[in-house]
Amino acid sequence: MWYLCAFYHRLLDYRQAEVESLAELFGARGDDRSLEWRLPEQHHPDTPFHFVNLPSEAAARDIANRSILVKGIYELWGEGGSYEELEESIRSYPDERKQPYLESGNTFKITVDCFGKVISFQEQNDRIKGLAYIPFKGRANLKNPDHKFWLMEIDDYGVNNGLPPVAQRRIFFGREVGGADRKLLPTYQLKSRTYLGPTAMDAEMAFLMANQALATPGKLVYDPFVGTGSILIAAAHFGAMTMGADIDIRVVRDGRGPDCNVWSNFKQYGLPMPIALLRADNNLPPWRPGLKEVFDAIICDPPYGVRAGGRKSGGRKLLKGTVDPYTVPDDKRTDHIPSTASYCLAECVHDLLDLAAKMLRMGGRLVFFYPVLRDDDNVETHFPEHPCFKLIATSEQILSSRYSRVLLTMVKISSYTEEIAEAARLQHIEFRENHLKWLEDGNLHSAVFSPATNPQLTAGDDSKSSLEAKPKYRGKYV
Amino acid sequence: MRLLTHNMLSSNIKGVANGFPLRIEVEKVVEKQVELSADFLRNLFPKIEWKALVDAARTMGYAELAEEVDSSMLDSNEFLNKFHHALLELHLEEGALVCPETGRRFPVNKGIPNMLLHEDEV
Repeated sequence: MWYLCAFYHRLLDYRQAEVESLAELFGARGDDRSLEWRLPEQHHPDTPFHFVNLPSEAAARDIANRSILVKGIYELWGEGGSYEELEESIRSYPDERKQPYLESGNTFKITVDCFGKVISFQEQNDRIKGLAYIPFKGRANLKNPDHKFWLMEIDDYGVNNGLPPVAQRRIFFGREVGGADRKLLPTYQLKSRTYLGPTAMDAEMAFLMANQALATPGKLVYDPFVGTGSILIAAAHFGAMTMGADIDIRVVRDGRGPDCNVWSNFKQYGLPMPIALLRADNNLPPWRPGLKEVFDAIICDPPYGVRAGGRKSGGRKLLKGTVDPYTVPDDKRTDHIPSTASYCLAECVHDLLDLAAKMLRMGGRLVFFYPVLRDDDNVETHFPEHPCFKLIATSEQILSSRYSRVLLTMVKISSYTEEIAEAARLQHIEFRENHLKWLEDGNLHSAVFSPATNPQLTAGDDSKSSLEAKPKYRGKYV
Repeated sequence: MRLLTHNMLSSNIKGVANGFPLRIEVEKVVEKQVELSADFLRNLFPKIEWKALVDAARTMGYAELAEEVDSSMLDSNEFLNKFHHALLELHLEEGALVCPETGRRFPVNKGIPNMLLHEDEV
């Protein structure tokens, strides 16, 4: 059955991907088939209103209630370009579908919502009164109604930044089936979290990542760059068992004291503790050789050198030619703190894919962020690939005029063998050659942060024209 | 560090062929209650090196695990409870993991094993 799905107007690129993932989680779609989507007439894909075909109301409710970006999924009773059209449409909606919700024993509430515009209380009341042709027999109950109805309007607000309008005027009336519990977000917001690092993952994004990873009770989720645990907290909220590793022992072991560390972050929300935290290097993972297919999902935000650089073991040993390979004197071995070497993005991503190919069970998901430079002329972005994985979702979030990050969701489709490891290595070399320019250490950072070299940018009026030369599409900014 | 973690780790020093299982040096063991999830245990059971788990549990002072097991025992609640306790509730809070081949100690402090290698071990 077709449902109306209204999204929060945020993270536009993440909205459908989240619903697709949750549909799989709740068994509302086949593994390889994506859901059917449809746009209201003359609407731009950025519009908050979409139609989606779901197998049952129960599935729709599960998906909506678990999601972060679905404002509501509705059984649509009518729609139109004007209130007259809406009335006609609601009147022609089959009575047997409406009747059960209009009975005298039921309580109801009607909410009036207007996308992108505030309407006065008086106006809202007038619009509700305009629905008098719907024979509600129950009593209104604003606090705790049995059934919630929504009258939603969206209009063409004219030219916006030179963009085509996202929608034509459209009015929808529907019965709410479910909606996101956004109260999670203030509960988990970073500013109230005890232990934070400079790159802690924003709570909303962490929940989206956990949804992409299909975190549920009984599953084991691993984050190889755990830091302060901000991503695992979201996975643990959804009931998954969590495990994390980090190369920085100060972060995973010590934190900022006995009540301010990764463990205390979990305690703060009453979540089960991670079943393991360890200090390990993603470049040389300490997993035993025969171990494979243990994790249900790997979720991470790898250090790609924009806000924090990656480190790996090897330090001074790798400075070949400049310093002799370092041998730790025997008397200093006990408390020796090994130096580390920088860990470039290409290598980091390769190690991550290799680890995930080995350690994820079949059908398990790898969810991670990947940086993309936006001033590249070639529009077609080339994402890392691995023969064990199928890329099923890419969601871009633009972070500045120069770069954005893309949340990649991959599914493991074939098991790890020697031949695959070799094929992956070749694929990686090719990938690396194509991305040499900025995947190497430091280049990405300078591409994002170095002062503009374009002389136009510094010359008063000209700056405007060069800004306008940037792609006009701004949807992914919100 | 839980014994699940111990069961997954090995010494990955360059040149070491048999880094598993790591020998446990116990200084302090604590027990932390974890809610039992039968599905989780059943999923994990085939991945566990059983002998290493039995030996590790014994080192930590828990000798209730059977030496020989097969997957049919996963239907028994008694077995699940013991398996759960050994795998997830015994914690090595302070101590070390020792490489069986080289004797290198990987310290465990505050429950966190430090598996990072020195410069001359990679």
